[in-house]
Amino acid sequence: MTVKSTSRARKKAAPGVPDPARAGIGAEPELVQLLTPEGDRVEHPEFPLTVTPEELRSLYRDLVLVRRFDAEATSLQRQGELGLWASLLGQEAAQVGSGRAMRSGDYAFPTYREHGVAWCRDVDPLNLLGMFRGVNNGGWDPNEKNFHLYTIVIGSQTLHATGYAMGITKDGADDAVIAYFGDGASSQGDVNESFVFASVYNSPVVFFCQNNQWAISEPTTVQTRIPLYRRASGFGFPGVRVDGNDVLACLAVTRWALDHARSGQGPVLVEAFTYRMGAHTTSDDPTRYRQSEETEAWKAKDPILRLKAHLEKEGLADEAFFAEVEAESEKLGLRVREGVRSMPDPDPTLIFDHVYSEPHPLVDEERAEYEAYAASFEGGEHH
Amino acid sequence: MAGQLSIAKALNEALRKSLESDPKTVLMGEDIGKLGGVFRITDGLQKDFGEDRVIDTPLAESGIVGTAIGLALRGYRPVVEIQFDGFVYPAFDQIVSQLAKMHARALGHVKMPITVRIPFGGGIGAVEHHSESHEAYFAHTAGLRVVSPSNAHDAHWMLRQAIESDDPVVFLEPKRRYWDKGEVGEDPMLPLHSARVVRPGTDVTLIAYGPMVKVCQEAAQAAEEDGRRLEVVDLRSLSPIDFAALEESVKRTGRAIVVHEAPVFLGLGAELAARLTERCFYHLEAPVLRVGGYHAPYPPSRVEETYLPDLDRVLDAVDRALAF
Repeated sequence: MTVKSTSRARKKAAPGVPDPARAGIGAEPELVQLLTPEGDRVEHPEFPLTVTPEELRSLYRDLVLVRRFDAEATSLQRQGELGLWASLLGQEAAQVGSGRAMRSGDYAFPTYREHGVAWCRDVDPLNLLGMFRGVNNGGWDPNEKNFHLYTIVIGSQTLHATGYAMGITKDGADDAVIAYFGDGASSQGDVNESFVFASVYNSPVVFFCQNNQWAISEPTTVQTRIPLYRRASGFGFPGVRVDGNDVLACLAVTRWALDHARSGQGPVLVEAFTYRMGAHTTSDDPTRYRQSEETEAWKAKDPILRLKAHLEKEGLADEAFFAEVEAESEKLGLRVREGVRSMPDPDPTLIFDHVYSEPHPLVDEERAEYEAYAASFEGGEHH
Repeated sequence: MAGQLSIAKALNEALRKSLESDPKTVLMGEDIGKLGGVFRITDGLQKDFGEDRVIDTPLAESGIVGTAIGLALRGYRPVVEIQFDGFVYPAFDQIVSQLAKMHARALGHVKMPITVRIPFGGGIGAVEHHSESHEAYFAHTAGLRVVSPSNAHDAHWMLRQAIESDDPVVFLEPKRRYWDKGEVGEDPMLPLHSARVVRPGTDVTLIAYGPMVKVCQEAAQAAEEDGRRLEVVDLRSLSPIDFAALEESVKRTGRAIVVHEAPVFLGLGAELAARLTERCFYHLEAPVLRVGGYHAPYPPSRVEETYLPDLDRVLDAVDRALAF
């Protein structure tokens, strides 16, 4: 595997104006693709993939359920049940493809948008909603499903992933790690430092960049003048750009990258070329900075429609299957809705509960002060 | 470990013992391998424990702390060295937003047994960014523990205790005292977060930590010639703070002066003054005074003696406290 490069002539673009050549937008020949937007299987010489009809149906189910969960969360935010939601709409294939490429001993370090990866790691979707509802700041046990807490500071988790991978090497284990991040994070010092550490220590980590074209309002051209996957070459490891809306290509490329990493060959950068169909979060208004034509163009590349088209064309799934998945997604939506609405607020003393793992006199003192203060109200309740 | 050891050697021995006693302990930092660190605190350790456990890292402080967090998640117990105080700021996010909060964010499901060693403070004639005292930033951050030894015994035992702690500890080493020698006893004598009266007295309590303890001891010695009996308390732990010990002392003396190299404004002395005023209000004969650095960037070394508290500035504050 070599780092691919283009000899495409560069033309100068005005600052802030997306220049397709500079950001690699439209550099379609570089994309690893195994399933066209029309739903046709294509082969890639370096990334062969054999999937059974059952596996294809299972991936379809993942994609639909993840999108349904995401839509439900967006609705719940609109209803006031969540304070914020960061939608993954459009990025389902990148997340499900990479998530399903992982083995049980592998470890994922997510941003705050990896709901599809969490799904693949068997993390209860309701666990993801605690922080968006404001009842905790994550709260799940990362080691239970090898899925780290969501990280909001952009790019910080890539170093945690790399350190974890360094530990795998020390243990002599054959696990591997995926560090998720986005096109915006590619500018962060931490991401670049993690590339340095991972390369010099030859750590088993796959850097999985979902290039969804937008870092809130900033297009990829504000972050880079070369396609992001080519950043890897400067750090001395392979970089691959994959069609991020093609679940099969994401599966094949990530599986290859994880095996590359776990077999002692060091890190890989995978750039999943995709699109954030929705807003950055429910607090964002993308109509202020991007054209609807662009979004419409990406709709035609929808990750779910193309797999559905494939299943239908090849006769690999019947109406009953699609109806069954639809019914399951309704059930999931209901479970999420009810789960969020009945999610209790924490006791205020949660504030003091886990600041330290060992006793700390100041925390104990302030807890006692608060409890005495709360008890001083009539009925002993103060909220 | 009988005999006199320098603080540097006492720290070195502590790291050695920690590496010996727990195979999950790893050291990380810049130049800590063959060189043994720019202050030689890790001297000989890579040779004896291997490159896998005493790790020369890329020159990236955020990377050092960030990867240490990942190693801790994998079950390791990293001890990281930040080469100089002024170089820690690139790691500020990893220390303050990631390391300090991880245990709380995970509702206790993960522990972060990471020690961040930082040589701190001035008085060595260094170029800029090599002489700073930034303890207030870290003590201000919930989730971190912050300690600073002043002598060889504490340097040794407090470092071992810090490494054994399941919480993140910022371990501030008084670099200008690295070569001061002292007896290192056979057991720690005190828990990590206890203060210690290093010189008993009756008239004024001097509160200091790290490099300023020696200055205060010398001031107390000089004051004795004037018939003033100053008590010196070595704070040792900056977060949490052993207020019970301070309260006991200040209630006896009625006067307290906090001495640190860090700027006075919003420094640790501000918190100590406020809390001691609350706790000892009816026992105080004078306001709690503070002696420390000025609200200015750490100065060029030719004038650092003006910036750093010394015996005379401490005694000047003693005069002011006694004048009330």
